[in-house]
Amino acid sequence: MSASIDRTWLLSEAPASRAQAAWGRRYRLWCDFRANPLAMGGLVIAVVLVLAALFAPLLATYDPSAQELANRLATPSAAHWLGTDELGRDVYSRLLFGGRVTLGMVISVVVLVAPLGLAVGCVAGYFGGWADTLLMRVTDVFLAFPRLILALAFVAAIHPGVTSAVIAIALTAWPPYARLARAETLSIRNTDFIAAVRLTGASSVRIILRHVAPLCLGSLIVRVTLDMSSIILTAASLGFLGMGAQPPSPEWGSMIATARRFFLDQWWVPLIPGIAIFVASLAFNLLGDGLRDVLDPKQR
Amino acid sequence: MISVQDLRVRFGPVEAVRGVTFAVGEGSSFGIVGESGSGKSTVLRALSGLNPDWSGRMTIAGTALTPKRSRDFFRRVQMVFQDPYGSLHPRQTVDRALSEPLLVHGIGDIDRRIRQALSEVALPAAARFRYPHQLSGGQRQRVAIARALMSEPEVLLLDEPTSALDVSVQAEVLNLLADLQDRRKLTYVMVSHNLAVVAHLCPMVGVMQGGEMVEMISAEDLRAGRTRHPHTADLRRLSTELEEA
Amino acid sequence: MLVEMQNLTIAFPTPQGMSQAVRGVSMTLGQEKLGIVGESGSGKSISARAILRLLPPQAVVTADVLRFDGIDIKTASERQMRAIRGRRAGLILQDPKYSLNPIMTAGSQIAEAWRNQKKGSRREAAEAALDLLSQVQIRDVRRVAAAYPHELSGGMGQRVMIAMMLAPDPELLIADEPTSALDATVQAEILRLMEDLVSRRGMGLMLISHDLPLVSHFCDRVAVMYAGRVVEELGAGELLHAKHPYTRGLLECLPTLSHPKLRLPVMARDPAWLA
Repeated sequence: MSASIDRTWLLSEAPASRAQAAWGRRYRLWCDFRANPLAMGGLVIAVVLVLAALFAPLLATYDPSAQELANRLATPSAAHWLGTDELGRDVYSRLLFGGRVTLGMVISVVVLVAPLGLAVGCVAGYFGGWADTLLMRVTDVFLAFPRLILALAFVAAIHPGVTSAVIAIALTAWPPYARLARAETLSIRNTDFIAAVRLTGASSVRIILRHVAPLCLGSLIVRVTLDMSSIILTAASLGFLGMGAQPPSPEWGSMIATARRFFLDQWWVPLIPGIAIFVASLAFNLLGDGLRDVLDPKQR
Repeated sequence: MISVQDLRVRFGPVEAVRGVTFAVGEGSSFGIVGESGSGKSTVLRALSGLNPDWSGRMTIAGTALTPKRSRDFFRRVQMVFQDPYGSLHPRQTVDRALSEPLLVHGIGDIDRRIRQALSEVALPAAARFRYPHQLSGGQRQRVAIARALMSEPEVLLLDEPTSALDVSVQAEVLNLLADLQDRRKLTYVMVSHNLAVVAHLCPMVGVMQGGEMVEMISAEDLRAGRTRHPHTADLRRLSTELEEA
Repeated sequence: MLVEMQNLTIAFPTPQGMSQAVRGVSMTLGQEKLGIVGESGSGKSISARAILRLLPPQAVVTADVLRFDGIDIKTASERQMRAIRGRRAGLILQDPKYSLNPIMTAGSQIAEAWRNQKKGSRREAAEAALDLLSQVQIRDVRRVAAAYPHELSGGMGQRVMIAMMLAPDPELLIADEPTSALDATVQAEILRLMEDLVSRRGMGLMLISHDLPLVSHFCDRVAVMYAGRVVEELGAGELLHAKHPYTRGLLECLPTLSHPKLRLPVMARDPAWLA
């Protein structure tokens, strides 16, 4: 790439290489996305939250598990920006480290679930027949369980903790993605451009991986982003019910749980992690909505 | 080169193609005309291997065709579709679309072959890294033709290759198809609803109605009005009526 | 005059700036059949849609004059526009599959269109629907009235669409490629039907198509559009005397049965046509 990467290079109608063409397409999507202020707001908040969690050790003012029993349930002050909890731990620092656990859980779930759902859906949709029936009935079985209840049962059966919470949420989260990918594949399968690829003699694996799956990805990303908020809520709910992250490790849901008895007198203690959950969910929802406007093939 | 005998295709209870027989010589063109639902496209899809549920006997270059085709078959027989907006992958550049057949068949020298293919269908080299939405309808159809030619096939199946195009572009694409046939000794089977387009490219024309080929007629006889079947006469009359205006 | 249009321009914003789709189109339409012919992107469809103000919201429309039966479209309220659209002016699109409601029978869709305007009883509306269906020369009116759109062939669907547009007795019919999705045999029937209805009811018809021979066969006048401009206007019989090289090119590059050519002439687009 000898040419400098600027706007004209990106918007060129006659790209000189594959990379320039691909970046040009991405840049146009980004321009569309940038035009939506709500979605940009969502993106900024989501990025800030993730960065805050990543750099928690640098940003935190106290050790999140350091107790200061003399200073329990303090109101927000210069020393403790968001006050302290029932054991005198700094809420601001716990919130940062809690973000690592909560957002980490969410991201692990997504990394586990999205490829699985995509693979199951594409295979079922592309081959049809008995493969479709078998895979979709399995999907239906998982879809039939209420997410939180199955996750609770699963965690209770093994042992409470972050890993089992992630697996439990993942188990209940993949079926909608499989459904979505299958629906997309069904509409792509009979298009002329897939027929043309079949006529080159390409194998089914090649067609699915290189031609079908990339087209399903757009709506899958949108769906995953919109689902993030509900995964955050499930993760927090498990924490609240004591089935997720175990004390003393800070997690937004369990922070609310342990502080809930102070709700009437020291209301800010449970409220602050609640706000964090709310803001994170909202940010991902706005982001997802914006992504849908630019990525959803049905609206283009 | 191509011979089709008593081809029948069934979609559930409906027999869409009911015993079609025709033959095409090497380097020649055969046209199939008919209205929608006459089964003309179904014949082409059965021939191409896209629709495996057929009965009868089809051979290409002496080899009998089976419902499942070998990779070599797909190298020798290629197809161009009607809708240039639907036959190119929306997220793949021209470059990617043209390299795909080469990668599948393990043909090397990709860069040179793509440049050559683009010039052969008279596309500017600048079009190589564009996405389909950045091309006009005629340019897309040229890309589709170039893609079909990448594996150097002997037979090209054309499914209404110009009916989605503007008339001036249609003329360019028809000329291109004629030139390519000259240069590469290709054998064409072309399906269209437009009698004039088919007669322009194909010396022999089969007229289909209700899943049967009701008449086989030379383009010459068709022009002169020496038709035997009333449906052929009907189609001819509609086509010439406007020309006289 | 039913439609008066002077110096209409339509532009769309793109990342590279405004793109001019229509660049100064003027035309008038009375109780006659006007054909608008052009290739894709010539601006023929959007020019006609501007009359009904049916353009996407980002389109920038300017015109010295744009009137429907004396009503200024540029300043008309949305309420006035609703009174025009679908009542005084009907729009027929290419594919009836997408223009008809898939979960209503053909008869009830026509009846509803009739009731919106005439405010009659249900029974009267159903009667009127049958009458309209017979006017578009459907023989088996009761069967077609009870059918859902997917049970109808393309030609039948287009007849139903026309019947629906005729229900409120419009003064203007805009048909945008009404027969491009249909077989040649059906195409001729539908056009003859539209021609007949228009002359009998004294309506204005604007027929938009890419098919120059077809349009000139059925219309009193033909406007040929190229790159957002009308390059030539012809009377019905004057097709062979077309002067503009673009119009001549359109006719010459068609393969014909009666005059076989070894090679089709290809249009050389003169940049001067854009000026």
